[in-house]
Parts: sequence; C-alpha cells; structure tokens
Amino acid sequence: MQPRLSAIALATVAAFGLVACGKEEPPKPAAKAEAPAAPPPPPTMTVNIGHVAPLTGGIAHLGKDNENGARLAIEQANAAKISIDGKEVKFVLIAEDDQADPKVGATVAQKLVDAKVAGVVGHLNSGTSIPASPIYNQAGIPVISGSATNPKLTEQGFKQQFRVVGRDDQQGPAVAIYLAGTAKPKTVAVIDDATAYGAGLADEVEKTLKAAGVKVLAREKGTDKTTDWKAVLTKVKGRNPDAIFYGGMDATGGPLLKQGRELGIKAVFAFGDGACTDEMRKLAGEKAAEGLICSQAGIPAQASSKKFLDAYKAKYNVDPILYAPFTYDATNLLIEAMKKANSADPAKYLPELQKIHFNGATGPIAFDEKGDRKDAEITIFTMKGDKLEPTAIMKGGKTIAYNDFLQMLATAVSAAGDAAKAPVDSAAQAGRDAAKAAVEAGKAATGTPK
Amino acid sequence: MDIFIQQVINGLTLGAVYAVVALGYTMVYGIIQLINFAHGEVVMIGAMIAFSVIVALAPGGLPPLVVVLIATGCAIPVCMFLGYAMERVAYRPLRGAPRLAPLITAIGVSIILQHFAMMIWGRSPLPFPQVITTVGYDVGGATITNVQIVILVVSTAMMTALALMVYRTKFGAAMRATAQNPQIAGLMGIDTDRVIAATFVIGAGMAAVAGVMVANYYGIAHYTMGAPLGLKAFCAAVLGGIGNLPGAMLGGILLGVVEALGAGYIGDLTGNWFGSNYQDVFAFIVLILVLVFRPQGLLGERVGERA
Repeated sequence: MQPRLSAIALATVAAFGLVACGKEEPPKPAAKAEAPAAPPPPPTMTVNIGHVAPLTGGIAHLGKDNENGARLAIEQANAAKISIDGKEVKFVLIAEDDQADPKVGATVAQKLVDAKVAGVVGHLNSGTSIPASPIYNQAGIPVISGSATNPKLTEQGFKQQFRVVGRDDQQGPAVAIYLAGTAKPKTVAVIDDATAYGAGLADEVEKTLKAAGVKVLAREKGTDKTTDWKAVLTKVKGRNPDAIFYGGMDATGGPLLKQGRELGIKAVFAFGDGACTDEMRKLAGEKAAEGLICSQAGIPAQASSKKFLDAYKAKYNVDPILYAPFTYDATNLLIEAMKKANSADPAKYLPELQKIHFNGATGPIAFDEKGDRKDAEITIFTMKGDKLEPTAIMKGGKTIAYNDFLQMLATAVSAAGDAAKAPVDSAAQAGRDAAKAAVEAGKAATGTPK
Repeated sequence: MDIFIQQVINGLTLGAVYAVVALGYTMVYGIIQLINFAHGEVVMIGAMIAFSVIVALAPGGLPPLVVVLIATGCAIPVCMFLGYAMERVAYRPLRGAPRLAPLITAIGVSIILQHFAMMIWGRSPLPFPQVITTVGYDVGGATITNVQIVILVVSTAMMTALALMVYRTKFGAAMRATAQNPQIAGLMGIDTDRVIAATFVIGAGMAAVAGVMVANYYGIAHYTMGAPLGLKAFCAAVLGGIGNLPGAMLGGILLGVVEALGAGYIGDLTGNWFGSNYQDVFAFIVLILVLVFRPQGLLGERVGERA
C-alpha cells in the first residue's frame, strides 16, 4: 500500500508543479520532464514465498513455530528494502497448512506451484515433504526444509530440494552411539510411530545399535495419534530392556514416557528431534521426564544467534520451540540467493542457492550436491531439572562434549576473525587439539566400530 | 503371567472409559435412532474445561483431590448444557426429517465443536496438570495405579447409577417408553421432548466425567482427542448391541481388553508380521466377527426397522 500511496502523492505534486508553471503542455510528457528533478519511487516487485507446515492437528504448535521463523525472515527482508534487478522487492509469505498429512501435503504443493511462488520453505514433516517434492521438482521451484530429516527426501536426485537440518542417517546413529556409550545398555527396545520420520529414524537407531553389539528387541509400533501406550509398554517391560528409543513427536512421546514410568519401567528413555522439546517435561511429568536423552538435527535453538533469538522473542513474545531458527535460515537462504542472482526467477537463482555460503542463525550453511547441509551437527540433550540441556555434539560419528564444542566455536570464530596473527592460530590449534582429544575420548567411551 | 495381568488391567481401564462414553451413544440411539457423532467432542470439551479449572486453581494451595473434584464439578454442568443446546438447536428441528439429515448435522456439530475448542484452547497438546500424584500398587507382579482404580470405581458407579435410574425410576420408565414408541408414549402423557433432552443431558454429563478421567490418565488433552475416542466408543456400543445399555457396558469393556491384549500379543502371534500399531485392526476384526454372526450385537435384540 505504502509505495502506491507515495506514487500518487508524487504524481499529484508533479501535477501541481505543472499547474504552477502555467505551461499548456499535456500532462504526460510534463511528468516525464519533471522526473529527473523529483525521482519517481523505484518500481516494486512482489515475490511470493510459500511456507508449509501443519497448522492444525497434534503438532500444530511446531508448525506455527516453523511459520513464525519464516515470517520473521520475510518481515526483516521487507524492512531492509532489498532491491533485485533494480526493483524494490516486497516479499509475501504464503503460509499453508498440510495437516501433517501426506495427501494434503501434495495438494498444498500443487496449490503453491499454481500460485507461482518463487520458493518454498517446508514442509515440516518428512512424511509430507517427500510426496510434495516431485511436484516442486517438476515446476522447478526450490524447496528448503527446516525440519524434514528423512534421508529419502534428498536421495531422489531433485536438484532444487534442500534442507538445513541433519538427516536421520546422521541423527539416528548419533543418538544411538551416544546411548550405547553412556547408558551402556545390553538390550534396547525400539518403538516408532509408523510415520516416514519416526520409522526411518528408528531404523537408523536400530542399525547402529546392532552394529555396536547391542541386542535390539522386535520393533513395536504405534501411530502418530497414539496416546495409549500401556499395552505396548507392558509387552516391552516383560522383555526388560535397559533403554527404550522412541521415534516420534512429543505429542505421542510425552504420554509414552509418562505411562512407561507409571508401569515401573526403569530403563533410559531416548528420543529423536521430534520429541526433543521442553513440552516433554509437561506432557510426561517432571519426575518421569528427568534424565531423558534426545537428539536434535542441528544445533540447539538456544545456541542459535542471539540476534535471531531476541528478534523472535520481541515479535512473538515467546521463545522458539524447535525449528524456527532453521526455517528462518531457510527463508533467508532463498532471499540471499535471489539477491546474488539478481533475480527471483527460480531457474536463475537456483545455481546461486546450490553454491551458497551463508552465515545463518544456526551457523554457517552450505549445501552438498544432494542438497543436504554440509557438516550438519547433531546435538544430544539430557533433561536435567526443569529444562533440556545440551550435553554433547555429534559430528561425523564423533562425540564432542557440549562445552568443548562451544569452546571450539569460539576459537573458530576468533581464528577466522584474526587468521593472520600466528599466536591466535596456535591458540586455535591448541583448542582444536583439545577438542580432538575429547572426540577420541568420547569415541573410546562409546566403543563403536567406526 | 504378570504381563498378562497387566494387559488385562490396562484393557479394563480403557474399556471402562469406552463403556461410559458408549452409554451416551447407545442411550441417544435407543431413543431417537440418531448416532450422535458429536458425543466424542463432548468428552473433549469436558476434559478442556477441567483443564482450565485445574490450571486456574492449582496454585491456590487447595488439596489436589478437591481441585480435581471442583474441576469435574465445573465440567459436568457445562457439558450438560452443551448436550442440551446440541439437542435443542441441531437435532430437534430435524426430528421428522429423513435419518440421514440429523446424521450429517451430527458430523457438522462435531467439526464445529472441535474448531471451537481449537480457537479457545489452541492447537498444542495441553499437558494435563498432574495434581494427583500417581501411586502404583502391586497386583500379582503387575502394577495398578490409583488413577486406574479411580477410573474403574467411578465408571462402575456411574454405570450402576444409570442402570438403576433407567430400570427402577419413573423417569427411567418414561425413557424406555419413549424408546419403544415415541408417539404412543406421548399419548400416555409423557413429554417426549423433555425425555429426549434429558437423555442428551445425562449422556453429556457422563461424557464430561469420562473426559476428565481420560485426560488425567494420559496426562494430555487436545482438541482432537474426542473423535478417535468417540469412534471407539461407538464401536463398543455397536459391539454390545446399539440401543442396549448393558450391551454398551459389555461392549466397552470387551473392546478395551481385546485392544490391550491385541497390542500386547499380536506381534508374537504373527511372528512380528503385524506390529502393535495394528491393535485397532485387531479390535475391529473382533467387531466384524461379532457382527457377522450376531448382526444385532452381543446383547442386542433383533428388532424391525422403525421408520
């Protein structure tokens, strides 16, 4: 609205100026003649960016969190008055609800393609991202997911499919290695919610645990709507496992944990990123949640950049729950690539996106040839007292204690900032050595084959 | 053996809740041959009201039991009013209409209630405050918690009270008369509209209690929690013979136990071919088998279709 108003105002001023001069020329050329004196507002262009996440249903809170992240990035970009190809760009977020339902996911994808969006951030779930991906691929629209972790998403050979989080075949092994190394279980029960995400993650955990010589019980399954886990857990209890891993979201994982403790199961409970939220404490009860282990693809939300955290809090008056920093980054990546290519045409800015190096709220981002994030970290959290505390960072199958990781980040930043000075370099080297030693120690502790 | 006992305890608890909700379906069906698909949503509203009351009262320092009782005491009248309003606004105007019309209306009411709840209580699963500390008791190696005991006792008490009311009181006689033939019952001086409204109100009150129990048991309340529960309870009512009160009770308990045992043993029985996520399939196979051999349900009577 604003630009159009000012255009009218300018035209009016120009017209009045013309009248004041008292010349008899037709208005059109006159306005042209006046132009150099009072430059017209730069031409504007609207760029639509789609965002898809479940905004209704059991994990609508996570969907809203994702959308908030993307919306924040859009608003910041609009406030910065970015211009592409000489035109001032107004970014518009088209937020869609896929209900975490694969069928709806595909429908919504088609809707966005028909609306000719320049790029898409989403979907939240792997189960909806995968069926939606061929539709985007056919239309050539770049898609960046901030939360879909199933490996299959980027294994389909789609050049415009990206994600800014780690994959389940990184996350699963990471949490399994950590679990095997710290809890040292003899028998582990693996349960999943029969979704692409939950079952995929559980498969990876099972594979890694078996490779580490841990006995894994026959898989138990619920659904993504199950709240009654008593029957499954009773059966599992009869097999007496030392640890239980659940691949699924917090809305089902919370009740699972609560009911497990009620049945008197003493095993360690471990979860993937979908159930790696503070909600777990409320859903399962404080006593039951204490000591749970969970992993998150990427770095913890509270470790994302302070600038982002403050802006998010200022705008929404809540803290980001889980993936908001990632959808924020994903949106900014699209915008950044458009800026670099000086075009919002998917075909033109896609190559820029593929070779982008970007410093986001979740750290430096670059994509490999599949569209996965290079060097994605996996964070292991433990529920201690009233919140989830990051305890370790897993990178390339190695365990790094969280504090060492922070130190590494600090040294990496200072080293990058002042690479020329030898003393700093050697300090960084010392830091890296220390971190390496920690990694080795972790590796030794976990006793994994790799 | 202890595992088996545990599964039976799980199943009985679940079944008791199904039975209480199923009674709401079966009572309404018995009287006006309407499947009130919005009944599950009444359960959800009951849980949500109790949630809000508990959250408001929890910091007040009242004894936990009192807090839960007050919450239930608030949920029951709200749901009763909801049941009454539903009947008055959505179903009574359609009393003479073809049967399909009120059925579709019921589905509509269900969707409206769900989204109404979503607007008030939000989309996130609400952690139901655990004001009552769960205590487990040992029964032959299995664990039964105080919450489970309360669910079993309260459900049994409600079902007994309902049965006494229907079969022993004058109002109950009016209900049965209306169920048999509303026209004749009207000629006998029974205010059938009042009886039908009362049936909805009683069912809704029981649903409210069921909602509080379920939310407390699982520690979670969500605006979508009503629909699946309602569907199961409806199946329980059909299993027992819809329109038949003891049938709904039996159907509910049976469905709960079959589900629990199914989830517990289906993997072993099929060599892990089917996982425990097929527990619903197991329950529905039982339902289908029963209906094939006894279409009127376990305790239902074979009655001619009434127009």
